[in-house]
Amino acid sequence: MDKDSWQVAGRSFTSRLIVGTGKYKDFAQNAAAVEASGAEIVTVAVRRVNISDPKQPMLMDHIDPKKITYLPNTAGCFTAEEAIRTLRLAHEAGGWTLVKLEVLGEAKTLYPDMVETLRATEILAKEGFEPMVYCADDPIAAKRLEDAGAVAIMPLGAPIGSGLGLQNKVMIRIMVEQAKVPVLVDAGVGTASDAAVAMELGCDGVLMNTAIAEAKDPVMMARAMKLAVESGRLAYRAGRMGKRRYADPSSPLAGLI
Amino acid sequence: MNDPELETVSIRVNGQHRRVPKGISIADLALELGLEPTKVAVERNLEIVPRSTLGQVPVEDGDDYEIVTFVGGG
Repeated sequence: MDKDSWQVAGRSFTSRLIVGTGKYKDFAQNAAAVEASGAEIVTVAVRRVNISDPKQPMLMDHIDPKKITYLPNTAGCFTAEEAIRTLRLAHEAGGWTLVKLEVLGEAKTLYPDMVETLRATEILAKEGFEPMVYCADDPIAAKRLEDAGAVAIMPLGAPIGSGLGLQNKVMIRIMVEQAKVPVLVDAGVGTASDAAVAMELGCDGVLMNTAIAEAKDPVMMARAMKLAVESGRLAYRAGRMGKRRYADPSSPLAGLI
Repeated sequence: MNDPELETVSIRVNGQHRRVPKGISIADLALELGLEPTKVAVERNLEIVPRSTLGQVPVEDGDDYEIVTFVGGG
């Protein structure tokens, strides 16, 4: 099989699955799920250290940032300023410029605020960050993000943590067709077939957290997602058959007895 | 009370009030809190303190610190 890598901001990756590191029972389960998923990139959040219990285990002790690329996120930020502040701290903590920007509009839907997201993208790109940007399934907004310096476009397939699967295949396909940077579905995947659908649309990758972390067996689901992403990607590259409205027999009609 | 060894300054760390010995550096503060300076980032009065200078910057009365690290997230 030929090598089918993808590039973002000049970095090359083989795995097209990016996984989150939230909501796991413990770090051991989290690390096992990352391993099973084959992911080369994990998203991480930036939060205050627990100064009342500084010796409690830390993420970096379980998922080695030298082996797995950390993608710091801005989850929980509702303004461009909060997001930029968070990523500047992330940069100081780990030195990374490749980041996941998300600026949320409101808590109930966690839908992105595209005005603030665009403003933050512009500022971050000027500061030398390489933002992969969580965004609405809006091809026009996506184009603006690209022009502002987004290194990847990451539309939601459904609300964060909802597990509803892709609700917007048409728009995501349009975004894939027009984008000059990678497009990854970020949020909304619930099970393996959802990940395959995203890849069959031609997305460069899929980012997920809850679908794995909240599965009854997260490590097994991580493997399922790995296979689904690979499977969907292969199906996309293979080029699916055309759809017909009526049956077309697979056995020859000639020579019937 | 005049012993300089016992003088302290009042600061906030991650929203919590603390008193620490006068004249210590931010690196000393991190160690006093039990933190590994290589795993955290420090913001002092809303400005990031580069890790390379943590040992040189003195903690001053009234300072407001945010000390963060990476945690699990999606």
